[in-house]
Amino acid sequence: MSDMNAENEILDIINITDGVDDGAQQYLTFELEDEHYGVEILRVQEIKGWDNVTPIPNTPEHVCGVLNLRGLIVPIVDLRLLFDMPFNPYTKTTVVVVLKVEGITDRIVGIVVDAVSDAQNVRPEMISVAPDLGSVVDTSFIKGIANIDDCMLMLLDVDKLLSVEQVG
Amino acid sequence: MSIDVSQFHSVFFEESFEGLDIMESGLLSMSQGETDDDTVNGIFRAAHSIKGGAGTFGFNNISEFTHGLETLLDQIRNGQREASHDVIETLLSAVDTLREMLTAVQDGSDIDTEKAEQVSNALEQILHGSAAESATTEEELPPAAESIEVETADSGVQPETQTQAQTWLIKFKPLPHLLQTGNEPIRMFHELAELGDLSVEVNEEELPPFTDLDPESCYLSWELTLSGDVDEAAINEVFEWVDGDCELSIERLEQYEADDEQAITTAEPEPETEQADIDEPVVPDSSLMEAETAEAPNVTEEVPDAIEAPTTTEVPTATEAPAATSTEVTPPTQAKTEAAPKKKAVTPDASIRVGTDKVDSLVNLVGELVITQSMLGQIGDNFDVSMLPQLIDGLEQLERNTRELQESIMRIRMLPISFVFNRFPRLVHDMTSKLGKQVELVLTGEQTELDKTVMEKIGDPLVHLVRNSLDHGLETPEKRLAANKPETGMLKLNAYHQGGNIVIEISDDGAGLNEEKILRKAIEKGLVDPNESLSPDKIHELIFLPGFSTADQVSDLSGRGVGMDVVRKNINSLGGVVEVKSSPGIGSTFTIRLPLTLAIMDGQIIQVANQRYIIPLISIIESVEVDLSKVNKVTGKGELYKIRDEYVPLIRLTKVFNLEGGIDNLEDGLLVIVDCEDYKVGLFVDELLAQQQVVIKSLETNFRKVKGVAGATILGDGTVALILDIPGLMTMHKEPTLVKKISTARVA
Amino acid sequence: MANILAVDDSASMRQMVTFTLQGAGHKVTVADDGKQALDIAQRQSFDLVITDVNMPVMDGLTLTRQLRQLASFKFTPILVLTTEAGPEKKQEGRAAGATGWLIKPFNPEQLLATVKKVLG
Repeated sequence: MSDMNAENEILDIINITDGVDDGAQQYLTFELEDEHYGVEILRVQEIKGWDNVTPIPNTPEHVCGVLNLRGLIVPIVDLRLLFDMPFNPYTKTTVVVVLKVEGITDRIVGIVVDAVSDAQNVRPEMISVAPDLGSVVDTSFIKGIANIDDCMLMLLDVDKLLSVEQVG
Repeated sequence: MSIDVSQFHSVFFEESFEGLDIMESGLLSMSQGETDDDTVNGIFRAAHSIKGGAGTFGFNNISEFTHGLETLLDQIRNGQREASHDVIETLLSAVDTLREMLTAVQDGSDIDTEKAEQVSNALEQILHGSAAESATTEEELPPAAESIEVETADSGVQPETQTQAQTWLIKFKPLPHLLQTGNEPIRMFHELAELGDLSVEVNEEELPPFTDLDPESCYLSWELTLSGDVDEAAINEVFEWVDGDCELSIERLEQYEADDEQAITTAEPEPETEQADIDEPVVPDSSLMEAETAEAPNVTEEVPDAIEAPTTTEVPTATEAPAATSTEVTPPTQAKTEAAPKKKAVTPDASIRVGTDKVDSLVNLVGELVITQSMLGQIGDNFDVSMLPQLIDGLEQLERNTRELQESIMRIRMLPISFVFNRFPRLVHDMTSKLGKQVELVLTGEQTELDKTVMEKIGDPLVHLVRNSLDHGLETPEKRLAANKPETGMLKLNAYHQGGNIVIEISDDGAGLNEEKILRKAIEKGLVDPNESLSPDKIHELIFLPGFSTADQVSDLSGRGVGMDVVRKNINSLGGVVEVKSSPGIGSTFTIRLPLTLAIMDGQIIQVANQRYIIPLISIIESVEVDLSKVNKVTGKGELYKIRDEYVPLIRLTKVFNLEGGIDNLEDGLLVIVDCEDYKVGLFVDELLAQQQVVIKSLETNFRKVKGVAGATILGDGTVALILDIPGLMTMHKEPTLVKKISTARVA
Repeated sequence: MANILAVDDSASMRQMVTFTLQGAGHKVTVADDGKQALDIAQRQSFDLVITDVNMPVMDGLTLTRQLRQLASFKFTPILVLTTEAGPEKKQEGRAAGATGWLIKPFNPEQLLATVKKVLG
């Protein structure tokens, strides 16, 4: 029951627009630290509150463990830890975004983020290529950067971000 | 109405492959001299069904190929031909070819016509080799293609009969018993009336007085006059079924030239086409076409087209063939089939054949479940504490229903192991003739059931073990005689259930494992310390070590670069174990123990630190409280526990899994002794929780394989618990690679 | 429409015969072999029986003979399905009491035409 409530609350704060502008794609935006990220909303299977996961031994720090999602065993990845950001203890507002990842076989993977913000329409002309930050930061999984209301939104390539190699 | 026969193809393929298996095993038992009528009839029937089905469903080249096979089998069945060694070998290769042809048609790929022709020729050679014997049969059963050509020639030679109208006088006197054949004169007259103008005159002279009348007999006779474009054959067709049950005379009264109008109308009558259908199965479509289009002159030209499919060597594809027999009458089908790609693969759905009893039991159980559900629903509608006992009863009933339903569903996936065993008679037959050995194969427990998935995966390891026995275990007849053993060796395959497992035994009465040779090889390869003294059992175990092969030269039969280590690995991956017992000169027995299903297993839930894990119950030998005096430290780190007179390595799950917390003091926890391939291991756990059946889920679906973890399951409270992989844990224990500390305090 | 008993040991033939006849509005009961068919026939009567000849347990000709012994099948049309078109085989079928025959392979249209011929 608690899951459902959390889910509903989160869905309430997102205002999903029905009409989509020409060529615009809807992105679900969320926050990590002070940064804003977006994933294609079509890839989002569901959003749920943090739930206790079963840790998997001898996996990288960013793999929190696995969760039972209506009979599916779904791995949960802490995006902060994947991005080498400081660990943020999980609270009631910690959110798991469950995503469809396409690859050789399609997988379902959940990511832990600080908070979900909004659904944004992003038109192609708003997207600029992610700058190459050299060896400092791996930007291969950033599809592009969009500037919305003076706020930089990093659009993530879910398939690259959560590839088997990345997650494992 | 047109019916797309391709919808029956998958059933046809399924039963044909089963038929081929029956033929193969029957032929193999015949090759061992067991030529009883049942076997031969069974083989014949299978070939007969395949031929019939192939013809019906438009696989004419398969039907044609099977014809020779069927003819030969018919001769054997009738005692006209002896089932000699050569004949059986040819029949076996025909079965192989037929299987390949069917597979090709099923996959939509090309049939190897060259091979089919070779085998076909071999069959022909047998059939015609002894002309006296085969000549009679040949007349009785002319090949389909030939009979078609004859018909074509007929209709080509006598086109004038089609355009000439005449009047026929038919005298028809049924014998008294005619009605008892289910034939009805009035029905036949209706049929005649459809051929042309019919007038009927009844003769009731023989009708007895009413008191003497037997209502089941026929006393009437008739004189019929039929005029129109009707030939004698068409009239004979009508009476074909009563030929012999009546006195019949058909006489032509007069003949006159037909005008054009008549030619067209006479091409129409349906009954003619019906009769043609009955007698000449392949041709009639052209006559159906004729009826539709009323283009009589075209008939003879169309016929060759209609028979093109059967005579051409090109493979008619699944969609093409039925089209050839139905396009003329159903234009929509034609359009569809033409648009379809030429090689449309018939992708068969993986299917299981389930006995109706199993389905019935499921239906019953679901019925019970519905009753339970409505009962619980009622309790829930206006619940009061006083109804608690009923609620508890209801929940118990629900639990029972669920369990029974689960068991029944699992049973649906269960198939008799004969599906795997059936391939061995052929394998043994082929291999022994190559190796020059004589071996009798004995199969027992073929009806023992196991899960389809397990079945699919156990085939290869079994084949390997059987090959191994034939190649290395059983001796040549000379050697056997020299060793005072019967010339013919014995290879036994046995299967039975034991607990929640299936046990499969492969035993031979061959020479047994050569211990000396195994030990020498193992020392050579550095697998064993030369100074170590090993018990025979330990020596036998060596053959399962990776990279071990004793064959002096890699045999092309059992070698194939796969060792026993792979066999063991495959069996282990199914959650099973394999072991060998052997006595020199007496033989060896390989015993495979497998879980009945991969989907569900009995598990023991254990607690370590704040985590729960599942240990497969099958691998648990016992659980003991730790007696510290029996713990031996090895080089200060590794721990061995002495249980009776055996030392088992002690694995702390907290260590291999890097868990924080958990019991450290051995006396406060429990040691679970588990089977790990061929040795024992002690797993140190905090406590044992419940035992329960768990549904195995893969971690790999959404994540990846994890060392030491065989899979995951969902516990009653909805949380995920990992299922331990004991051999994996042992490897981790031996090579501790610390990857990460699991933080158990993530939540603020 | 007619109530038909179809007997064949081949599942694909059973399926085809059933689909075809049902498609034409007939009611079809199936049996895997002669024995099964006879058991059914002892409880129920039919307007037409269509039986394969070569079957395990009990063949089609034996079935035909046995059916003719039953009062309710004395006059019932019985069609035998056979690949053996030789005169001997036809004679055997008739001697057993069969009404007529349909030679394999046949297509659905031919089956319907023959059924129509028998049922009128």
